[in-house]
Amino acid sequence: MSSRDRILGRVRRALADVAAERQDDTPYEQAVPRDYLREHGERSVAETVDLLAENLADYRAVVHRCTAADLPATIAGMLAARGAKTVLVPPGLEPEWLSAADAERIPDRTESTPDELDRIDSVVTACAVAVAETGTLVLDGSADQGRRRITLVPDHHICVVRVPEQVVSSVPQALERLDPARPLTWISGPSATSDIELDRVEGVHGPRTLEVVLVD
Amino acid sequence: MSGTFVGMPAFPKAAHEAVHDQTLRGNLRHATHTIRAKRANAVAEVSDWAQLREAGKRIKDHTLRHLDRYLVQLEEAVTAAGGTVHWAADADEANRIVADLVKATGESEVVKVKSMATQEIGLNEALEAEGIRAYETDLAELIVQLGKDRPSHILVPAIHRNRAEIRDIFEREMSEWGRPAPEGLTDTPAELAEAARLHLREKFLRAKVGISGANFMVAETGTLVVVESEGNGRMCLTLPETLISVVGIEKIVPTWRDLEVFLQTLPRSSTAERMNPYTSMWTGTTDSETADGPQDFHLVLLDNGRTDTLADEVGRQALRCIRCSACLNVCPVYERAGGHAYGSVYPGPIGAILSPQLRGVASEIDASLPYASSLCGACYEVCPVAIDIPEVLVHLRERVVQGGQVTARGNKVVLKPAKGHAAERAAMRAARWAFSHPGALRTGQRLASRTRRLHPRSLPGPGKAWSDSRDLPTVPAEPFRDWWQRTQGAKDGAK
Ligand code: SF4
Repeated sequence: MSSRDRILGRVRRALADVAAERQDDTPYEQAVPRDYLREHGERSVAETVDLLAENLADYRAVVHRCTAADLPATIAGMLAARGAKTVLVPPGLEPEWLSAADAERIPDRTESTPDELDRIDSVVTACAVAVAETGTLVLDGSADQGRRRITLVPDHHICVVRVPEQVVSSVPQALERLDPARPLTWISGPSATSDIELDRVEGVHGPRTLEVVLVD
Repeated sequence: MSGTFVGMPAFPKAAHEAVHDQTLRGNLRHATHTIRAKRANAVAEVSDWAQLREAGKRIKDHTLRHLDRYLVQLEEAVTAAGGTVHWAADADEANRIVADLVKATGESEVVKVKSMATQEIGLNEALEAEGIRAYETDLAELIVQLGKDRPSHILVPAIHRNRAEIRDIFEREMSEWGRPAPEGLTDTPAELAEAARLHLREKFLRAKVGISGANFMVAETGTLVVVESEGNGRMCLTLPETLISVVGIEKIVPTWRDLEVFLQTLPRSSTAERMNPYTSMWTGTTDSETADGPQDFHLVLLDNGRTDTLADEVGRQALRCIRCSACLNVCPVYERAGGHAYGSVYPGPIGAILSPQLRGVASEIDASLPYASSLCGACYEVCPVAIDIPEVLVHLRERVVQGGQVTARGNKVVLKPAKGHAAERAAMRAARWAFSHPGALRTGQRLASRTRRLHPRSLPGPGKAWSDSRDLPTVPAEPFRDWWQRTQGAKDGAK
């Protein structure tokens, strides 16, 4: 007998006491009560964006806000402030966003090795959705966000969030908007560890600096 | 590596030694008290905690009761997305599958993201025996691995080590495994984390094979989810060409939407955060065009005692566990005894009910684990999936003392009563009586609460030997049952 059949057989025997319940074919949507909240508290759109900014900052992301017209200058300023000489660019990023930057633009290519990525100073991406209540950015690998590795290996990540359209209040609302078939990365603040006496330290393996631009 | 728990003394002896270790007690007390307070705040932030907890419990119970169906659905979804599913009935089989998969890549080293399941089966040792080196990449796991030590906490495996000890371990051992610790390393957490970053980065960047566990698997979509903080998980899940995930069969949820419950309860219960820094979700493989993650993905579904646990009508609720570790942090026995005393990768209250079910109660350590508790109920109160740990403890005590029918490796067997538990036998009878008479239990707990300042620091009678080596826990100000009545009773009946 294969282990697959052995395990499935054991599961079925183990559940002999609930045989009657197993016959019941209530659809799953009705099998579990979902009386928890879709979002916590009532907020206006502006308040939701404020909450996102607050929670991002609380987890030590650096938050900037600007208008679409100011975005190129804002990004250029952030790169210059870090002295970034090279910036990694996902294939579908708005060219406009980096139009004012001095740093050398390095397009992400499938062939780039992890070592090559490790030598690049910064990366700029868009995002798929941002969750206000938890201060979370979700990337789904779309062309303006690029592959998962490009926001992982460089030490400085600038993420642009279009507000308010990319902002939701809560985790349930975020999941609704996402496609599970895509590779998803949820980011809440920079890399952190609490493994040493539960003191939080930023930056172990992921980017040590996360800057978020909320652009109107 | 002395990473296995073979030959562990039974809990009372191991705990007796641990409580005399002043450093250990100090490290543990500091850590558990810090996180306990933070967790309470994180939970208080969401007003629907009780509903989320109930939904989490119900989702998991439903899944367990139809586990065969969801396992098959998951297998189909993962396969359709380009992954390969393997089934492992026990630890040996899982280790063999993984070792063969690694060998097929021609590699002799792998990077690992912390995983309880691979610790449970002793994968690192099994790979070592096959000439494959497994590098643990979670900072705490690295500390444990370099220190030739065992993990002592589900979430913070090196919780028993303070910063000075960690500095010494890094300085002494890092050069053995790769990049040495920087000159003049101090014991500030930032410097220690930086040393780990440099040491591990060279491994991540060259790794061809990654090994992980998973927090959740979605049957509907074939999606796997790993929740972490440091980014080592993202490294292991993204950079290697081959990814092998070893996951217990109980980690399934039926639908994508179910994640909305656990992504709210898990981070708040475990690290007391609104959300952990990183969550990675992947579905099968990605095409080579984009090369966004491994092109070869293997999922090893692990039984190793889980179906035996499922066969126990009272004990099966332990399979709801999402490994948040909240129960460890509130447990007065864990706080004093430390994780190693439990002789298993699953320490604390959950370990006390899970290990004796996964492994059976034949060994002395497993037979003693159901006694590693004061039955104060704090673990039940914090558990985000409402596992009634005290209930299972009492049930398992009965099994140890009286024997009876159990399922072992899929077969029904009759267990003989354990020897040497005469004292517990008496204590157990009393507890059993109380649990089968809820009214008496309630009265007893309330009395205990009201008189808690007067409680003795040592137990009389047969409990004396036990309490000699530990401080008795203080009784919570309000028993959980009362709190529930007061806050939920009105709308929820007498739950
Ligand atoms: S038993 Fe409950 S509290 Fe303990 S680790 Fe599991 S889910 Fe968390």
